[in-house]
Parts: sequence; C-alpha cells; structure tokens
Amino acid sequence: MTLSPYVPIVGLLILGALFALFSVSIAPIVGPKRYNRAKLEAYECGIEPAPQPVGGGRFPVKFYLTAMLFIIFDIEIIFLYPWAVSFDALGLFGFVEMVLFIVTVFIAYTYVWRRGGLNWD
Amino acid sequence: MEDLNLPPIDYAALSPILILFGVACLGVLVEAFAPRRARHPVQLVLAIGGSVAALVMVVLERNTRVVTIGDAVAIDGPSLFLQGAILLLGIVSLLLIGERSLEAGGPFVAQAALTVGSEKDNRQAQGAPGNTEIYPLAVFALSGMLLFVAANDLLTMFIALEVLSLPLYLLCALARRKRLLSQEAALKYFLLGSYASAFFLFGVALLYGYAGGVNLQQINEAVAASQNSDILLYAGLALLAIGLLFKVAAAPFHVWTPDVYQGAPTPVTAFMAACTKVAGFGALLRVLYVAFEGVQWDYQPVIGTIAVLTMIVGSVLAVTQQDIKRLLAYSSIANAGYLLVGVVAQNREGVSSTLFYLVAYGFTVLAAFGVVSLVRDADGEATHLSRWAGLGRRSPLLAAIFTFLMLAFAGIPLTSGFISKFVVFGAAIDGGQSWLVVAGVVTSMIIAFPYLRVIVMMWLSEPAETTPTVSVPGWMTSAAVFIGVLATLALGVVPSPLLDLTNDASLFVR
Repeated sequence: MTLSPYVPIVGLLILGALFALFSVSIAPIVGPKRYNRAKLEAYECGIEPAPQPVGGGRFPVKFYLTAMLFIIFDIEIIFLYPWAVSFDALGLFGFVEMVLFIVTVFIAYTYVWRRGGLNWD
Repeated sequence: MEDLNLPPIDYAALSPILILFGVACLGVLVEAFAPRRARHPVQLVLAIGGSVAALVMVVLERNTRVVTIGDAVAIDGPSLFLQGAILLLGIVSLLLIGERSLEAGGPFVAQAALTVGSEKDNRQAQGAPGNTEIYPLAVFALSGMLLFVAANDLLTMFIALEVLSLPLYLLCALARRKRLLSQEAALKYFLLGSYASAFFLFGVALLYGYAGGVNLQQINEAVAASQNSDILLYAGLALLAIGLLFKVAAAPFHVWTPDVYQGAPTPVTAFMAACTKVAGFGALLRVLYVAFEGVQWDYQPVIGTIAVLTMIVGSVLAVTQQDIKRLLAYSSIANAGYLLVGVVAQNREGVSSTLFYLVAYGFTVLAAFGVVSLVRDADGEATHLSRWAGLGRRSPLLAAIFTFLMLAFAGIPLTSGFISKFVVFGAAIDGGQSWLVVAGVVTSMIIAFPYLRVIVMMWLSEPAETTPTVSVPGWMTSAAVFIGVLATLALGVVPSPLLDLTNDASLFVR
C-alpha cells in the first residue's frame, strides 16, 4: 500500500476532530456556571481594559495602529535573532542585507511617525 | 565558523525589480516628509520616472538568459518580455491614475478612513485633493508583478503574489465617488483574494511533499522520475492552479471580477485589467510550461474545460449587463478564456501568441477605461449604459474612439483584437486543441452582440436630456487613450514586429 504512511495522519485528524467535538459538547453539561463580570469583558491580556470602550465593545482605531507597529518590530526581531547568532558566517554580505532590511522597516516607521500615527490624541 | 557559500546574484538582471521597489520606498518617504502641496507632482514624476528607468533596464538586459539568486528568479525571454509589457502598460495606467483635471482633486478620495456619508466625508468629496499614497502603492504592485512573472520557485512566486495583491486591495477602496461601492469592492477582493492565496499556499505545500522542493526545475524532474504518490502531484497542481486562475479571472473563479471592476476607481480598474492580467498569465505560463510539462496530457483537458467555461460565462453574461464597467469586466473574463486557449496549446506558438494577446488586450482595455472615465455627469462617471445613448451625436470623436475599441474587442480585422485571436487560435490548432477553437469562435460571435449594442446605442439613439457631458480630458488621459488606440491600430495593421519579438521571447530557461 502506497498510502500507509498517511494512515497515522488521517488517524490524528480524526482524533483531533473527536477531541474538539467532545470537549465543546461536554463543557456546558459538566462545567460549573458561575457569573463573573470579567468573563464578559474584552480579553486584553488579563489586565483591566483602559480606557473603557464607550457604550461597550467599540475600541478606538488607535489601538489597532499600535498593534500593527508592534507586529512590524516583532517580525524584525524574528529575522534579526538568527542573523545575530550566525553573524560570523554571514559576514559583510549578511550585514549589508540586514541593514537594508532594517532600513525598509524604518521607512514604514518614519511614515507612521510623520503622519501622526504615534500621537495618541 | 566557516563562511557560507552565497549564491551568485545577477544584480543587472534583477535591476528592474529593485529599481521599482526602491522607488516605492522613496515614495513612502516622500509621503512622510514632503509638504502636502508638493506630494502629487513629486510622486507622479517619481513613479513614472522609476517605471521608465526600469523599462530601460529591461531593454538593456534583453539578451540575458539566467537563473539567478539561488535559482529563485529566472530572467529569460518570457520574463523580460512580460516585464517590459507590464512596465509599458503600467506607465500608461499611471497616466490615467495621475489625471486630476477631470474633477477637483482627482479620482481618488482624500481620506479613505472617514465614515461614508458623514459630514467630513461629504466635505472632502467636494474637491479635497486626493491622497497620494496611491503612487507608492501602484509602484509596489508593479514591482510585485515584475517578480511574479520571473519567479522560479513557488515561494518566491507566492511572495510576489502578495506584494502585487495587497496594494491592489487598498487601491480598490480609494474611489472619490460611490464610496460604499468602492469599499465593498475592496473587501470582496481582499477576502476572496486571501482565499485564493491560501489555496495557492496549500498547493505549494503538497507539491513540496511530492517533489521535495519548491523550485520549478526540481518539480519538473520529480514529475519525470518521482516514486511518490501522484495524488499529491495532482492535488498540489490543482490547488496551485486555483490560486493563479483566480488572479486572471477565469471561470469559475471569476465572481469577484464584475463587482471589483465596477467599484474600484476607473484608473485602478484599468490598471488591474491590463497589468494584473499580464502578470497572472505570465506566472501561469511559467508554472505550466516549466514545472508541469511532464503531466501536460493530464491537465490539458482540465484547463481546456476551464477555458471553454470562462469564454461562455464571460460572453453570455456580458449580454445582460447594463453597466459599462461591468460589461468590460465580463469582456475581460471572456478574454481570459481566449488567453487560456493559447496557454493550453502547450507549444512554443502557445507561449508567443499568449504574450502577443496580453500586450494587445492590455492597450485596448486601458484606452477603453480611459474613455469610460471621461463620460461624466454631476455625480461623477455615468457608467449606466442607458446614459450612453446618443453619445455619438453629442461628442462624435469620443464615440468614434470607443466604437473602434469595441470593434477591436470584438475581433474585427485591422485591429489588434483580430490578430491576437488569430494567433491564439492558430497555436491551439497546432497543439491539437481544435475543440477550444470552435468554442472560441462561437463565443466571439456571442460577445460581439453586447459590443455592437453599445455602438448602436451611441450612434443610433437620440440624445436624451440626461445624456452626460463628456469632460475635456487633461493631457494625461488624452495621452493614455491615444497610446492605447494607436497600439490597437498598429498591432492590427503591422503586427509582424511584435510577433517576431514574442517569437524570440518564447523560450523559458531551465
């Protein structure tokens, strides 16, 4: 059988689906139901949301901008880290490429900065 | 630690892509630092100048045939030809995009994030200068397209696909008038485009499992020799093809086209219809001809069926359209079908005829959308077909130009539309795909009807009270329409120089 190596994968798929179905359907039956206001609030890393959304549920778009900027620098780190580890092997070429990469990230950053994306009010 | 073996990089061959990317980055900096008034002229000069510089580099590199930067990019005949075509069409589209004399502030919105219908939004519609981020966005899209047609491995191709798609999603949302329609178009394009990208990626993953690599040559060798299950190969190819056929608007992956073409600002629609189509077919040709030549007998009937379906859907639904932009969208779908006929031929003529068709169609469709942007009333462009009745009496020159373009779409001799259909069908007959030619000829007759209906409406109806005025075009729109019409005529009367060029350019490097 040519398919035999895939049988475990199919098995895993089925197991995964069964587990998901099982846990979702069993939770409302056996789980305790205790009211807690915090459970109904927007999830924000466990910290009290600040400032509180007006009228409940709507956030200023400013949060979104900050989050986007964070992600850009987060991804920059993902690429910087392996480069830093093998800096010796990559040599001057790697250094120049990395500088170019950082420059492109900073172009985006200066755009956000100059167009007022960092002003909170 | 020992030094890594770095792959050789042919910077000269890559320079068109690098120039455009650099120009787009510069454009972002201009947005950041230049005073508001200076932005529009500076950006326009920068975008067009950068595209011209890239085009010059493509011409200088015309004899290059290399696979460079670690087998990731192949600069060969088809990629250089397609890059040149994309840049030429892109420059003409930039002329349409940059036009600001048709309405105060240009065809783009000043602040896209304002709530539609709010007081601020109504105020900006009155003539606030349109935003200038469109230029860096368009140049980013162009650089992605250049990489898309030259990508030699599937991951590079995916990156290029995203680089060309993301700016287009944004550009669709930036129309000055009919904001809701424009935002709807962008959202639809974004959601469906993301699905298509996901299909593409899934296909890449399966093909990686099959061939042990994403390089097109590697897949080609695996197709010839691999012991792995063919199911992976076929499933991977199918998913990959869905991603690519979505971008070129082939049925049944075409449903986004009419809505997006209608809602997007007309210059952006022109840009998509001309340049994105070239890029999509360039990538499709490379994938099918370089990586999957070994299974051509298996995919030919499938792609052939899609071609027939695309031609039928495009031509039949074009008959029922009441909006000129939607009519042109369905016409673009039908044309994708004719282009697929050339792709399926799977011989050298197939490549060269498809290349010819792409250039000819690109210029005609740019001119057509340029004319659409000129027919206006108080609410902006008057795109409903009933409004075009009697236009021939009001402005004979414009109606004559549009008539000529419609005849070119219909494939009347002495226009490029005739030659391009002729060479594509000829290639398909050589490739033993006569059934596609039969379908092509029949649907050509069907789709001639909506084109002729527009012509009859313009010339034989009395102008009504509501017949819109035709704005006096600025020099940029005039130039774009003129170039498009001239190319349509020239390629119809003396096609041989371009035919020779496409013939020389039709060999892929391996």
